Amino acid sequence: MFPRPIQQRSQAAQWIYSIALPLALILWLFPLLGVAVTSVRPASDLAQGNYFGIPSYLAFENYADVFRNTPMLQYIRNSFIVTIPTVIGAVALSLMTGFALAVYRFKANLLIFFMFVAGNFVPFQILMVPVRDMTLNLGLYNTYAGLALFHIAFQTGFCTLFMRNFIKALPFELIEAARVEGVAEWRIFWFIVLPLMRPAIAALSVLIFTFIWNDFFWATVLTTSPDAQPITAGLSSLNGQWVAAWNLVSAGSILAALPPVAMFFLMQKHFIAGLTLGAVK
Amino acid sequence: MSTYWKANQRRLAPWLFLAPGLLMFAVYVIIPIFQSMWISFYDWDGLGEATWVGTANYAEMSSDPNMVTSFKNNIIWLALYLLAVPAGLFIAIFLNQTVTGIRLYKSLFFFPFVISQVVVGLIFSWFYAPGFGLFYKVIEFFTGTGVAILADPDLVTYGIIAAGLWPQIAYVMILYLTGLNNVSPDQVEAARLDGAKGWRMLWYVILPQLRPATFIAVVVTVIGALRSFDLVSIMTAGGPFGSSRVLSYYMYETALSEYGYRMGYGAAIAVVLFAIMMVFISGFIWKMWRDETER
Amino acid sequence: MVHKLTGAFALGAALMLSTAAFAQQRVLTFTTDNNDPAPKAAWEQLVADFEAENPDIDVQMNIMDREGYKTAIRNFLTTDPPDVANWYPANRMKPFVDAGLFLDISDVYTENGLDKQLASTMPIVTQDGKQWMIPYTYYQWGIYYNKSVYEQVGATVPTTWDEFIANCEKFKAAGIDCLTTGSSQLWPTAGIFDYLNLRTNGYEFHKALTNGEIPWTDDRVRATFAEWAKVVPYTTANHAAIDWQDAVPLIVQGKAANYVMGNFAVAAFKEGGMTNDTLGFLPFPTINPDVPRAEEAPTDAVFIPAGAKNVPDAKKFMAFVARADVQTKLNEALGQLPVNSGSKVGDDPFLQAGFQLLSTTPGGIAQFFDRDAPAEMAKAGMEGFQQFMIQPDQLDAILTRLEQVRGQVYK
Repeated sequence: MFPRPIQQRSQAAQWIYSIALPLALILWLFPLLGVAVTSVRPASDLAQGNYFGIPSYLAFENYADVFRNTPMLQYIRNSFIVTIPTVIGAVALSLMTGFALAVYRFKANLLIFFMFVAGNFVPFQILMVPVRDMTLNLGLYNTYAGLALFHIAFQTGFCTLFMRNFIKALPFELIEAARVEGVAEWRIFWFIVLPLMRPAIAALSVLIFTFIWNDFFWATVLTTSPDAQPITAGLSSLNGQWVAAWNLVSAGSILAALPPVAMFFLMQKHFIAGLTLGAVK
Repeated sequence: MSTYWKANQRRLAPWLFLAPGLLMFAVYVIIPIFQSMWISFYDWDGLGEATWVGTANYAEMSSDPNMVTSFKNNIIWLALYLLAVPAGLFIAIFLNQTVTGIRLYKSLFFFPFVISQVVVGLIFSWFYAPGFGLFYKVIEFFTGTGVAILADPDLVTYGIIAAGLWPQIAYVMILYLTGLNNVSPDQVEAARLDGAKGWRMLWYVILPQLRPATFIAVVVTVIGALRSFDLVSIMTAGGPFGSSRVLSYYMYETALSEYGYRMGYGAAIAVVLFAIMMVFISGFIWKMWRDETER
Repeated sequence: MVHKLTGAFALGAALMLSTAAFAQQRVLTFTTDNNDPAPKAAWEQLVADFEAENPDIDVQMNIMDREGYKTAIRNFLTTDPPDVANWYPANRMKPFVDAGLFLDISDVYTENGLDKQLASTMPIVTQDGKQWMIPYTYYQWGIYYNKSVYEQVGATVPTTWDEFIANCEKFKAAGIDCLTTGSSQLWPTAGIFDYLNLRTNGYEFHKALTNGEIPWTDDRVRATFAEWAKVVPYTTANHAAIDWQDAVPLIVQGKAANYVMGNFAVAAFKEGGMTNDTLGFLPFPTINPDVPRAEEAPTDAVFIPAGAKNVPDAKKFMAFVARADVQTKLNEALGQLPVNSGSKVGDDPFLQAGFQLLSTTPGGIAQFFDRDAPAEMAKAGMEGFQQFMIQPDQLDAILTRLEQVRGQVYK
């Protein structure tokens, strides 16, 4: 209830608020709107210096151009092929690690937990040279597997933090009761804890999907050609080719942004739940 | 199934559950950290044999002007990036109302965070583009001459940070919106009866209750500032003449870019960045440790 | 399901057929970064011709993105080397030769008499007394200009630097940038520096400087920068924010007059609508008349990785690429100059001008700053050049910095 609900304020304040709200939004999203409009602006407009006016017509051909003349479709496919297994892998691994760290008491428990948490925050650069070397030596350089394996491993850090805290908040009596009944540990995990994890799995999945989709650094370090390059790296190399063709750059950008944006709008509740974990006690 | 298993399963189970995750994490995260430290004592072009040079890489760093620039820029990033915290709080308060369509407003305000930094970088490059960029035009309109932010060695870092702040503010905003949802209405009412309002209310009543959100916001903002790689890479590649370098980019540049063949020196830069980040990570872990053991 | 099955069967049958038909064929893998349409077609043609002459060899071309290639080469040379690949000679090949990743192909030179035919480029493909690469093309650098704006302001085509600067005054009065470039990728600045340096101090000095034998704080280096300072005020202001391609429209639209560039830019100018009537080429003007004229002409080459699986056929391919008639045809398609002295040069006026310029040069032919200098020096140098163009008053700091890098790079 902070600030005071606008409904309790004067009529004037309510008016101002109802005008300020959309105005602020337009201002906030202005760069994005600009790019969205540019993505349907015909190249001829740009050539004539019509950068901000109304496009002379809606040039969806920019999008067609991007698909026809660049490996954009391949990049998008690559991104999905890398992202989806990563989401599954990281969620699966962290369900187990999270379960182990939340349910059992053993000496190294907190130590391992904090190792996962700390590892999740290290700068990528400290991993770059060895991870690149290892990927090269395994013959996984410029492959989906090379990129996905690293992402799974790295994301396990954050996911473990998330899962462990989530399981910790479940009623422990359920597990106690099962143990009294003599249920095996893996059955407790599978039949008692896992079914309760659905919201956590959903939240983490959308979050990891977005993180991995948007990853640029590792895409640059571990892939080089359109055979395996995800869209972020692909867009960056296309940007080098489309010098000053801002209509194409914009169309490519919009395409690259679309999947995570769709994911966000479809799974908004889960997304925010995942992101704000820890923001409230 | 032996009786041994039956007797010890509670002791063994956690390790079996941990094994795959821990193994992956060790191989790809923990061990490479130490490998990087090791490599930082070598002179290695990534192709031939590596030669042991002891602390020569670290010694070189102290007289490397690029290092000074990167370090200075990292500090600017850190300081200005933290503006995302008050800015995010401000927007969160602005949006914390229950009028029609507010949910959509909130999601749209959050929008920039969902987009890849590559796209954010491209969007802002377009925004700043000399000659026709919107920002350039606006400045030209007011002052008569446009400013090509990304070509100006004194302004370029600020230009990139502004691009970075956009999604970061959105992130902080969502943290605070969730936090505000959980502010106790009773306390607010009580404080109102005591005559608190505006800034005093915010400072003495609301902010203390938002402490967990503030903590997370500061942590993710600091980490985000030090990790800043994508935007620098996309918008300027460190230029003009290296003015917008930050440690994370300089490391990549030294080790892997077109003219960079110095894995050892790169690793040494990474170690320095790691050490700086460890200060913040340790602080974070220490607080978590306190919370855990208090429980 | 049925379709899938028949499809699989057909594929299997086709595979069996093809292996049967080509059972005698040996595979030669060729990795290249020529992914732009024209060079790609040119190389595909060359490969087809090679296969026609050698029916027992099947060349498998793997074309990679040009920018990505520059870092990818380090990975594939150490892990999964092809039989043939392309790269740049001189200092750009040095780290790989040092690491033992290139195969010594001196025998290809002696067996085919290439030391005569490719004599002009022998120095840049030779290291430790052996030859490592076969050059197949090169192209001149110089000044490309808009003839119409020269007419518009009444400027004459300069032959000396003083005339060039005098013209700049006229262009400025007309609101036209005398010199343009896009320096966001740094290397265009090196073209300007190299030419000013070649004209001020000559080829031997360029060689010594890029070899690290001369301090950057030397007065002769300062003399080069002093010449540069004269044109800085007339150079496109926001060059650091744009790529070289972004500056092309400035010439096309007559907003700028001159552009120091390589001949590959001609295609971009013509794409923008310029023709042989409106686009001009002029050799970089004379600064010190006592210095023999030297030119800048980067060369591209192919090589055999040390880990190549099919070395005998790779050497056949090397000899093929070196041949006069093959280089004539290849360069006609590329729109560049052949290296082999027995090859013919295309009719394009810019090519002819370039050939004329390079074949008569008394001073020597430089590669390019970033090929003649080691990578780290090249990078630092080009940043220095860019900084000088933005902050000419910082010259002392720039030179001190470059001198420091020189101390570290050449050991």
